[in-house]
Amino acid sequence: MSTTTIAISELPAARPFTLRLHDWVTTVDHKRLGILYILFALVFLIVGGIEATIMRWQLVRPHNDLVSPEVFNRMFTMHGTTMIFFVAMPLVFGFANYLVPLMIGARDMAFPRLNAFSFWMTALGGIFLYFSFLGGDGLYGAGSAPDVGWFAYAPLTAKTFSVGHSTDFWTLSLLSSGIGSIGTAINIIATILCMRCPGMTLGKMPLLVWLNLVMAGLVILVVSPLSAAQIMLLIDRYLGGHFFDTQAGGSAVIWMHFFWIFGHPEVYVLALPAFAFASEIIPVFSRKAIFGYPVMVLATIAIGFIGMSVWAHHMFTVGMSAGANTFFVLSTMAIAVPTGIKIFNWLATMWGGKIRFAAPMLFCVAFLFQFLVAGLTGVTLAVAPLDWQLGNSYYVVAHFHYVIVGGILFCIFGAFYYWFPKASGKMLNETLGKLHFWLFTIGFHLTFDFMHVPGLLGMPRRIYTYEPGRGWDTWNLLVTVGVLFQGAGILVFAFNLVWSYLRGKAAGNDPWDAWTLEWSTSSPPPVYNYAVIPVVRSRRPLWDLKHPEDLDWRYE
Amino acid sequence: MSPTNIFAPVSTPADSIFGLSIFVLLNVAAIFIVVFALLAYVVVRFRNKRSDDQKEPAQIYGSTQVELAWTVIPVLIVLALFLASARVIASIQDPPRPRGALQVIVTGHQYWWEYRYPSLNIVTANELHVPVSDPAHPTPTFLTLLSADTDHSFWVPRLAGKTDLIPNHPNQMWIDPHEPGLFLGQCAQYCGTQHAKMLLRVYVQPRDEFERWVHEQQQSPQAGTLSDGQRVFESTACVNCHTISGTPAKGRFGPDLTHLMSRATIAAGAAPNTSQILRLWIKNPDAIKPGSKMPAMGLNDQDLDALTAYLETLH
Repeated sequence: MSTTTIAISELPAARPFTLRLHDWVTTVDHKRLGILYILFALVFLIVGGIEATIMRWQLVRPHNDLVSPEVFNRMFTMHGTTMIFFVAMPLVFGFANYLVPLMIGARDMAFPRLNAFSFWMTALGGIFLYFSFLGGDGLYGAGSAPDVGWFAYAPLTAKTFSVGHSTDFWTLSLLSSGIGSIGTAINIIATILCMRCPGMTLGKMPLLVWLNLVMAGLVILVVSPLSAAQIMLLIDRYLGGHFFDTQAGGSAVIWMHFFWIFGHPEVYVLALPAFAFASEIIPVFSRKAIFGYPVMVLATIAIGFIGMSVWAHHMFTVGMSAGANTFFVLSTMAIAVPTGIKIFNWLATMWGGKIRFAAPMLFCVAFLFQFLVAGLTGVTLAVAPLDWQLGNSYYVVAHFHYVIVGGILFCIFGAFYYWFPKASGKMLNETLGKLHFWLFTIGFHLTFDFMHVPGLLGMPRRIYTYEPGRGWDTWNLLVTVGVLFQGAGILVFAFNLVWSYLRGKAAGNDPWDAWTLEWSTSSPPPVYNYAVIPVVRSRRPLWDLKHPEDLDWRYE
Repeated sequence: MSPTNIFAPVSTPADSIFGLSIFVLLNVAAIFIVVFALLAYVVVRFRNKRSDDQKEPAQIYGSTQVELAWTVIPVLIVLALFLASARVIASIQDPPRPRGALQVIVTGHQYWWEYRYPSLNIVTANELHVPVSDPAHPTPTFLTLLSADTDHSFWVPRLAGKTDLIPNHPNQMWIDPHEPGLFLGQCAQYCGTQHAKMLLRVYVQPRDEFERWVHEQQQSPQAGTLSDGQRVFESTACVNCHTISGTPAKGRFGPDLTHLMSRATIAAGAAPNTSQILRLWIKNPDAIKPGSKMPAMGLNDQDLDALTAYLETLH
C-alpha cells in the first residue's frame, strides 16, 4: 500500500517539462481549458493595453506626431478587436468553463472534446489577427494589421479601399473565434441543462450559472449573424459578391445591421457573466443570501430578450426613419429597468449585512458605483437626439469603456481574487490586491471620467490627431495620465498572480466561508472534481451544512 | 470656450437637442444622487466592525413590495424620457420646409467635402456658406448628404447633430443658424487614413453678404492669355482630378478650384490658404496631410512657382 502512495506522489515530479506542456495542449479537462482561456486572455490584455497606451500617448497633445495616421488607425482597430474577442470573451468563457461544472456538481462539461476544440479555434483566431502584422501586405505590398475599425464598416472593407490582406485576416480571425464561441456556448447550455447534480433544480442553481446560461444563449443568437456577415464579406472580396460593395449597388447599411445585431447583445454577453461574479461575491462578503433571487433570474432573462431588440441605437445617425429611431429609443431605455433592478437587488443584499472589504468585494463595490454611471450615460445615449450629437464622439468612447472596464473588468478582477485560491490552492496577496485596486481605480477614473468631456466639446473618436483651440487639450492630457496609473495597477496584478502562485499562503478548501458547491472540494479541485457527486436541497448547500439550525431550503 | 461645444447651440436642431439634453441630464443626475447616496450609506453603515460578534446577520431572501417599487418607478422615468425624446425626434426629422429654404448637396470624399448649390449653380469645397436664418422669417438650409466613397458624417455641433453620408443611401439634414459667424466641426464617421483632418467650416453670413458671396462664386474666370502656371496645370495630371470652370480641367475626384482663393483654408481645413502652404501642398501633400489622396506632383521649382502663382489668380 505504501509503495503505491510513493509511486503516485513521485510521478508528477518525474515528468519532464515538455510532457507536462503536452498535457496542457491535449487536455480536455474543463478546469485546465478554463485556465488556458484565462491565460490566453491575459496575454492579449497586455497586448491590447499596449495598443491603447500608444493611442493615448499620440493624443496627449494636439498635432502630436508619435505615430503616423496609418499606425494609429491600426492601433484602434487592433485594440478594439483584441479586447472584445481575445480578452473579454475568453475571460468570460474561461471562468464559465472553470466554474459552471464545479458549481452544479458535475465532473466536466457536457462535451469535453468540443470544449478543447472551441478553445483552440479561439486561439487560432488570435493568431490570425496578429499574423496580419506580418502577412497583411500579401502580394500587393500594401497593408499590415487591419485599419478598418473594430466594426469594420462597409465599404471601407471592400477591395477598393482595403488592399492587401489586412481585412482578410480580420475576417478569418472573427470567423475562427466565432466558431469557438458558438461551440463553447452550446457546451455551456448542454452542461447546465443536463449535468446538474441531484436536487439542483433550475430554481436552485447559483445565479452565476443562470447568468451564464442566458449568456450562452445570446452567444448562439448573435455570433451566428456575425459569422454570416464575415462569410458574405469574404464572398464580396474573393468571389465577386456585392453584399456590401456600394460601388456595385451593395448596401453599407446592411453590414451595420449585421454587425450591431451581434455588437450590442455582445455587451450583454460580457456583462451578464460580470453580473454573475458580482452576484456570487456580494452575498458572500455581505454575509447574506442574495436578495430577490427569482427577480434576479427574471431580470437576466429580460435583459437577454430586450438586448436582442436594441441594436440599431448604434445607427441613430445613419438616417433611419423617425419611427424606427423612436422604437429603438424605447427598447434601449427599457433595458435600463431590469438592469436597475439588478443594482437595487445587490444593494438590498448588502443592506443589513456585515460587509468585509477584501479585494474581491472592493472590486465589486467599485463596479456598482461605476456601473451606475455607465448605465446612466447609457440612458443619455439612448435618447436619439442626444446621440446625434454624442454618437461617435469621445463621450461614447468614455461610456462604453465605463461599461466594459468600470463594469465588466472590475467584476472580472473581483472574480480573480475570489476564485484564484480555488484554482491554485494559494491566496492572492491581499496587500498587493489593495494596491492593484487603488491604482487601477484612480487610473480608471482619471482616464474615463475626463474622457466624457472632449466628447461633449465635439471631439470625434478615431482621429489620430486634433486641432488646438477646441478646448480638448487639457482633458486629453488628463486622460493619458490616467493610463499610467492603470498600467501600474495591471503590473501589480500580474506580479501578484505570479508571486502568489509561487509563494502565496495556502488557501484551504473554503477561504471565504462561502456557500456554493465549488468550495466543498479541495483547492485546486481534483481532475474529477467530486469523489462523490453532491446532493443539494437549496441554493446555498454549504450554508445548510454550516447552519443546520437555519436551513436555507426552509425559506426558499 | 470651445467652438464645438454641444451646449452652445445657434440653430434650431442643435437648440432642441440642447433643451432635451438638459431635461435628460437633470433626470439622470437625480437618479445618480439617490442611488449613489444609498450605496455610500450601505458601504459605510454595514461594514463589518471589529467589535461585531461572529454571528451571521439575519438572512433576508427578498420582498415583493420592494421589488415592485423599484420596477415601477424606473418604468415611469423611462416613459417620461421616451416621450420627451419622441417629440424632439419628430420635430427634427420631419420639419416644415419653408419657401425660402436653400438646398445644398453635400458629397463626402476621402477626405474632403464637396458642396453643390443646384438652385444657384455653384460648386465649391470644404467651406460651406449659408445665410443666417431669422427665426421670424426662417430661411433654413437643407443638406442632401451623399458619399462618393466610404461613410462620412457631417457634424457641426453648434448647428445640429450629426448625420452620416453613406454611399447609395442619400440622407437629409437641416440647419437654420440664428447668428452669423464661422462654425467648426469635422467628419464624425471613420472614413480612412485621414479621417482626422476632414474638417468642416460653415460660414453663416447675413443675407447681403451671402448674396455677394453667391455672386462671386457664379463668375467664371476671365479668359485671358495662357499663363505659364495655367499651362503647367493643364498639361499635368492636375486636370484629372480638379475642375476650373472655363478651362479644360474637368476632374471631379478633387475639390473644384474655380474660386480657390475665396477659401481661407486648403486640404479640408487642414492648413491656411497662403501661397507658401499652397506651394508646399502641391510639392508634398504628405507634409500637411499624410495619406491624403492628392499625389506629390514632382514638379521642378520653376513650374511649382508658376503653378502656385496661377492658382493664386483664382478668386
